Amino acid sequence: MEHIKIENRFWDREMETLSRKEIEKIQLERLQAIVKYCYERVPFYTKRLDDAGVKPEDIRALEDIERIPPTTKADLTANYPYGLFAVPRKEVVRIHASSGTTGKPTVVGYTRKDLDTWSECVARVATMAGATDEDVAQISFGYGLFTGALGLHYGLEKIGASVVPISSGNTEKQVMVMKDFGTTALIATPSYGLYMTEVARDMGIKREDLKLRLGIFGSEGCTPEMRAQIEENIGIFVSDNYGMSELIGPGVSGECLYREGLHFAEDHFLPEIVDPDTLERKAHGEKGELIVTTLTKQAFPLLRYRTKDITRLNYETCKCGRTHARMDKTTGRSDDMLKIKGVNVFPSQIESVIMGLDKISPHYQLIVRREGFSDTLEVVVELADASVLERYSELEALQKQVRSKLHVVLGLDTKVSLVEPRTIERFQGKAKRIVDLRKK
Amino acid sequence: MTIKQISIFVQNKQGRLAEIIDILGKNNINICALSIADTTDFGILRVIVDEPDKAEQVLKEAGLAVTITSVIAVGIDDNPGGLAKPLHILSAKSVTIEYVYAFVSKSDHKAYVIIKVDDKDKAIEALIANNVPVMKHEELNRWL
Repeated sequence: MEHIKIENRFWDREMETLSRKEIEKIQLERLQAIVKYCYERVPFYTKRLDDAGVKPEDIRALEDIERIPPTTKADLTANYPYGLFAVPRKEVVRIHASSGTTGKPTVVGYTRKDLDTWSECVARVATMAGATDEDVAQISFGYGLFTGALGLHYGLEKIGASVVPISSGNTEKQVMVMKDFGTTALIATPSYGLYMTEVARDMGIKREDLKLRLGIFGSEGCTPEMRAQIEENIGIFVSDNYGMSELIGPGVSGECLYREGLHFAEDHFLPEIVDPDTLERKAHGEKGELIVTTLTKQAFPLLRYRTKDITRLNYETCKCGRTHARMDKTTGRSDDMLKIKGVNVFPSQIESVIMGLDKISPHYQLIVRREGFSDTLEVVVELADASVLERYSELEALQKQVRSKLHVVLGLDTKVSLVEPRTIERFQGKAKRIVDLRKK
Repeated sequence: MTIKQISIFVQNKQGRLAEIIDILGKNNINICALSIADTTDFGILRVIVDEPDKAEQVLKEAGLAVTITSVIAVGIDDNPGGLAKPLHILSAKSVTIEYVYAFVSKSDHKAYVIIKVDDKDKAIEALIANNVPVMKHEELNRWL
């Protein structure tokens, strides 16, 4: 497989390589301003801070942020739809909403300046992922209320790439466009990107028919094993980026060519890591829940927002020269975490096992049941290599192999079901791999 | 001296076997012999057909996991003890049998067994040396 060469480029070299001291100086100034801004403009924060006995002028150092109680998703829901907006609606030029799998969506707004900030952040992420003004960028995220598509759209336009806003769905047409338009950068969820490579192969499209060189993936986690599988299937450079609509959308952090963590835009977002149970601040380098304060947003600023994502931060300067903190790929949302027989299970752990095995396809489904008083986990995987059908024992051995590898990683006994190829549902947006039958 | 057997992965789901057999029927492929090994979750369907390559192709196009395996087909005397003869020959040569299934030919009313062994060359040599008829693939149509 020929190797894609990615150059180390910066969108805003000066800002992205500031010293820690300079970053912290900017952060403190902006933090003080945003706390005052929220306190004065958003009744929710006025009350929150008053209740906690904190005045904006009490924020004298970055550590003082810990005196502010975290904001949660429940706070956002309670203030649905516009309760946390800090500007009159006249100044809001864009409204997005998160999908909201349960109940009402989370509504977020942007001023014109917020849209600029957003595209600036995405421009940095796209540039560090290797995109340039030479790229033809196919955006296969679903357009609409979801921030993923439009966020990448504006950021890639900003760097001068030729944006193809194809949206998700109609995979064969996606592949045709990829070939005919000479797409060089694919923007999608990793699972949809993977599915597209399968469809392309079925359509008889060869690697040399495509100009594709970059996969800029996001919106759901991508384990290194899944990345390797996509790179192997289609020979592109895959990078991961992170964001969420509450914070701004994509553009919060992203991987550079070294892929040793996702670089934050620390001049716009102040990250912290806390213990998800006690909310106490964790020491540098320790794992915990990511909490983020937006430092520059006007329409929908958030103080200490609990992301529910488990990760850790690395403040060392990266090989690429960037000085802003890097976060590990998230092990998964604490929301996605399954508790089975008292064992914490992240779907990403299961994914890493499945991607590492070659006789099954990279698609999977997790079914959780309650049997009596005990929970069980069934992992459904597709048979990909028919050569095991020679002997029944080989098929059984494959099933056993999956089960024992899962046991090593999870410390939990699972039921492994082998199903026929292409029978597990493929997703064009965020993959919904968990079927929890325990819920009433 | 071997014949081609098609092995198909089948999920244990109501109606699934009928759907798969339908694919063969719609493509005018005739099944001469069949066996299915199953557990509660899945099974392997093994069939001997008149056009194995075509069968493999249409089943793969239908999205199934399919593989072709070489097996031995031997003719046996259709009377008590008929099957024991080839089995004793193989056992004497330490050939391991993985599975066996039988059928009766429509044309000559003889009994045949399909045998999957670990060492097919050694098995064929031993069977021929003991005058047990081993079918060639070209002779398949005779059975139909």
